[in-house]
Order: sequence, then structure tokens, then C-alpha cells
Amino acid sequence: MRIVVAVKYVPDIQSERGFADGRVERVPDDGTLNELDENALEAALSLVEALGEEERAASEVVALTVGGPDAAAAVRKAFQLGVDRGVLVSDDAIAGSDYAGTAAVLAAAVRRLEQDGPVDLVLAGMAALDGLGSVVPSFVAAELGRPHLAFADRLEVDAAAGTARATCDVGHVSEELEAPLPAVVSVSDHINQPRFPNFRLIMAARGKPVEQWSLADVGLDPSRVGEAGARTRTVRAEPRPERPEAEVVVDKGDGGTALAEFLIRNELV
Amino acid sequence: MNARTVLVLLDTPATELRSPALEILTLARGLGRVEAVALEAPSLETLAQLGTYGVEHVRQAELALDDPEQRHRPPVVAAALARAVEVAGADVVLLTSSFVTKEVAAHLAHATGAGLVVDAVGVTATDDGHVVGAKTAFAGTWETECEVTTDVAVLTVRANAVVPAPAGTTVETQVAGFPVEPDAAATAVRTRSRAVHPTTGGRPDLAEAATVVAGGRGTDGDFGPVLDLADALGAAVGASRDAVFEGWFDEFVGQTGVSVAPRLYIGAGISGAPHHRGGMQSSQVVVAVNNDPECPLFEISDFAVVGDLADVLPQAAAAIRAHRQDGA
Ligand SMILES: Cc1cc2nc3c(=O)[nH]c(=O)nc-3n(C[C@H](O)[C@H](O)[C@H](O)COP(=O)(O)OP(=O)(O)OC[C@H]3O[C@@H](n4cnc5c(N)ncnc54)[C@H](O)[C@@H]3O)c2cc1C
Repeated sequence: MRIVVAVKYVPDIQSERGFADGRVERVPDDGTLNELDENALEAALSLVEALGEEERAASEVVALTVGGPDAAAAVRKAFQLGVDRGVLVSDDAIAGSDYAGTAAVLAAAVRRLEQDGPVDLVLAGMAALDGLGSVVPSFVAAELGRPHLAFADRLEVDAAAGTARATCDVGHVSEELEAPLPAVVSVSDHINQPRFPNFRLIMAARGKPVEQWSLADVGLDPSRVGEAGARTRTVRAEPRPERPEAEVVVDKGDGGTALAEFLIRNELV
Repeated sequence: MNARTVLVLLDTPATELRSPALEILTLARGLGRVEAVALEAPSLETLAQLGTYGVEHVRQAELALDDPEQRHRPPVVAAALARAVEVAGADVVLLTSSFVTKEVAAHLAHATGAGLVVDAVGVTATDDGHVVGAKTAFAGTWETECEVTTDVAVLTVRANAVVPAPAGTTVETQVAGFPVEPDAAATAVRTRSRAVHPTTGGRPDLAEAATVVAGGRGTDGDFGPVLDLADALGAAVGASRDAVFEGWFDEFVGQTGVSVAPRLYIGAGISGAPHHRGGMQSSQVVVAVNNDPECPLFEISDFAVVGDLADVLPQAAAAIRAHRQDGA
């Protein structure tokens, strides 16, 4: 089984995050692997680990990311969790890509990986904690012409039957879905508890190279990506004015009444 | 000004339209001539609502499907909308914003080559005719505007973006069918089972409600006080992810749960972790109840009570009920 996990390098959620020139500001060393992608990496690794010895030996988990040179850090983190191979697609022409542009690069990289053998599954997290769009996996699926199982809480793959089954709980609807392989699956944060890197893996990760590909390497026309290909552009980005300090009441037996009075005074009741 | 045609996807045509759909109908009217798209026959209530919102035409998709359950699949809905864009010559498609509609919007944008903005909190147009979606970013600490540069624009709009407002005059609403034949790729996923769980206790839907009361680990498993205050306010109930993972409640607010932007959000026994804030920081008024005066949720609150939620919430609920009774 060959699984490609699409991962993203994002600003740390605890850091001061902002925009510069209409794009997410990337402060060196303040970035990290998107936490929700750890669920996708965990899902990929545990699918492979559940296989018989022979199949397992023939399997491969590839972490794939698109971004600036810093984004290699996300792939290195994936190595520490145990993925076999890591690819960063990086090219000046990619900067300013919208969802469709980013997905086109990911899809082209998957096709390039297929030159070494078929890819059964493309996995992704449910959202990137910077943009929170949750739409790139759908675009990747559409771009590759493959079925998409979104926000899987459970995932079973039957390689022999060539199917993936997922349980998805979104909004007020629970569904059991089945897709023929190859497929694209995004996983929720309920699907598993991601593993922690251990010493052995951290040491092994040091020796693994992050393969760097350009747009030409994945055979994608630069006009489809970056600002040239983008169908949307950010025309304004401003920090919101800070909220004035809260009115704080320490409860001395009338805290609830004070709360009710605040709501009534502000016509919120 | 050119006469734009704006399509609005109706989430629940078979019953009646809920606030988020009425909100996007309100926004759509500001952009051009509005038509509605439905995948099921609209009910009489829906038609009456559309009439008061000034919508004359509903386009109802007639889907050629082997399995009728497939009509819920996002690529199938997207195929219907893509066809509707073609037959109506539409320039803009507005959808409400949920994980499902965002998936629909992505497939639609891919199929039509449209520019996509998700989770917009406002929609306007530039002088030269481009559609612009307003958004908030980084847990509500930034505001951005995203302009769609293509001819067709697709936007998903978050609940509570505007107050729904009927049109000045009521019109007669007509339904016309249009055939849609989703391709093999759109129907490749098979639905083995599908179950819908309505919200518990007849409370408003968390994603849509104007008031939300949420409980966290500080409830120590007893959501009684949270439910009590919510019911006094007619509010929806939510939780932190930790409280849901403990099994104390079924839906959580946050970046990976339900994003809410109500008029009033009350968080009780919730510390205010960045992941939680990311899903509620766009709320207009934030109130926090916590026994820790240093709790981070206080930093983004308008009003805070330092105290035990088990005391504060029931007292507040009783005071609100008393106020309501006096008013009545
Ligand atoms: C990838 C990822 C995604 C996540 N997504 C989300 C998300 O979408 N939503 C979400 O909520 N979390 C999310 N989390 C979890 C988040 O980081 C926090 O762990 C969680 O929000 C904390 O929940 P809490 O506030 O209920 O608990 P705690 O942080 O333990 O806070 C409990 C609070 O209750 C107070 N308290 C205790 N007793 C009382 C009392 N008697 N009266 C009043 N106050 C009391 C305490 O002072 C404390 O402030 C995510 C985490 C990860 C890693």
C-alpha cells in the first residue's frame, strides 16, 4: 500500500500570527507541522503497521508539502513520526496560490509520485490551523478525479477488495461511506491519538533527506499557480482593534445577579 | 451597474428555511437578482418565506441517480449547482457555511473555475464589479477582505453575518425543474448508512444560534447549570473539546468543532485555549465565568465573573427568568 499524506507548515497557534502584503506572515522558527495533520500521519502509519509482513515491506508512507524552504520542517517532523519518504514542492512561482492553486501542486506531485508506482490513498487533516478552510482535500480529489471521504472519524482500508470505508460525523449527520481505491481521505481529530516521536525515530529522521521539487519537476505550468493562477486575492488585512478590558466581578454571593444585570443592561436577554 | 444573477443554495427547502439561509438571501439581494436552488421540492412554508424575501424563481434539480441517498453527496450537490450556474447564467453562488457546504463549494469552484471564499462574514462588490468576501482570521484577531477575480464567484457565508431582512415587497415564487446528470466521479462514493440526529432538548442549533452557553472541564461533568442558563436565555448549548471527549456533552465549539459567531457567547469553566477561541472569538459579546482570575478567556471577554459556575449560573438563570416575568 502506498499512502501520500499532505501536510502543511503553519505558524504556531501560540505565536503572534498576522498578515504581511496580504499573505500569512511566516516568521522563521515560529512555524510547525499543522497539528491536525498528525492525525492523518497517524492514520497512514497505523494502516501500514496493520498489514502482514510482506505487504508492509512493500508499503510506503510519503509526507508531501507545498511551501517555502521553511516548510521542510513539517516534513522533518513527519519523519520523526515514522514516514518513509518526504517531499517539499517549493518554487517562487507558487507564492500567492489560492486553494485551487495549492491543490493543483499537490495533485501534480501525487502524479509524479505515481511514476514510481500507484498511490492508493491520499490522506489529509481536517483543516489547517492557520487558514481553516478545510477545502484543499476536496480540490485535490477533484483535481485527481478521485473520490473523497471527508472528515473520517474511522477509516478501514481493504486493499484486496480495493475499497476504503469511513465513518463520518459532521454537523448532525453520521454517515458510513465507501469509496473505491485510489481515494482521497481527510481525517478528523477524533480518529486517533497521534504518537509521539521516540528517540530511535528522531535519530533515524536525521538521516532522511527532504526531497525538493520545483514546479517543473512536477510538470505543472506556472500560470496555474501563485498569483498568476489565483482566482481570489486578499485586498485588505488588518488586525482587529483589541477588545476593551473586561468588566470583572468577583462572586461574593451575587455574581450571578451581576451577570444577569450585565445582559439585561446590554439588551442581550 | 450590471445586473448580477445570484444563486442561493437552500439547505432545508423541504421543511422551512432557517436563519442562515435567510441571512444569505438578505446578502444576495444586495448583490443582484436572486434565484434559489433546491435539490428537493420546496415546502409551502419555504415558498412563502422566499416570497417575502423577494425571490421569484426556485430552480429545483431533477437528479438522475441510481441511489437517491446520493443526493446528499457534496459532488452531486456541486454538479447540480454547476448546471444551475449554466442555465441561469449566474455570476455568484452563495451557500451557508458548514463542513458539508464547504466541500460542495470546493467541488463547485473546481467544476466551474470559479474563485472561492469560505467562511465569509460579509459579501460586497467593488466598483468594477468584483465580489469581495470579508473574513476574520487567526482566531478573530485579524480582518481580511478577499476579492474574487473570476467571472463566477462562490462564497460560503457564516451564520449571523447579517440580520435576516425580508424584501420591501412580497412576490409570487415559481418553481422550475432542471435536469442534472451527475457523472461517475460524482457518484463514486457509496453511502452505506446515513443517520440524522436533531439537536437535543428542542434547543437552537449551535452553529446558528444568536446566543450560546458553553461548558468546559470546570463543570466537572455536571452540565445542569449550563443547560439551566441556556434555557433561561433560549440559547444553544456547546462545550469545550475536553468536555466532549469526557463524554459530558455532544458538540464542542472551536476550530475543529463548531465555529460560532453569536451575538452573545457565555463560556463557563472553559479556560479559553487558542483552539477553542478560534471557534468563538468572532462573537459580538463574550462573557466568561471561571474560578481562576487568570483564565485566558477573560482576556477576550467583555464581562467576567470570578466564581464557581455551579453558584453563578443558576443565580443568573433565576434572575433572567424573574426579569422576563416582570417584562411580560
Ligand atoms: C489539534 C487540536 C485541536 C483542538 N480543537 C479544539 C476545539 O476545537 N475546541 C476546544 O474547545 N478545544 C480544542 N482543543 C483542546 C484545547 O487545546 C483545550 O485543551 C480545551 O479547549 C480545554 O478545555 P477546557 O477549557 O474545558 O478545560 P481546561 O483548559 O482544563 O479549563 C477548565 C477551566 O475551568 C475552570 N474551572 C474549574 N472549576 C471551575 C468551577 N467550579 N467554576 C468555574 N470555573 C472552573 C478552570 O479554572 C479552567 O480555566 C484542541 C486541541 C488540539 C491539540
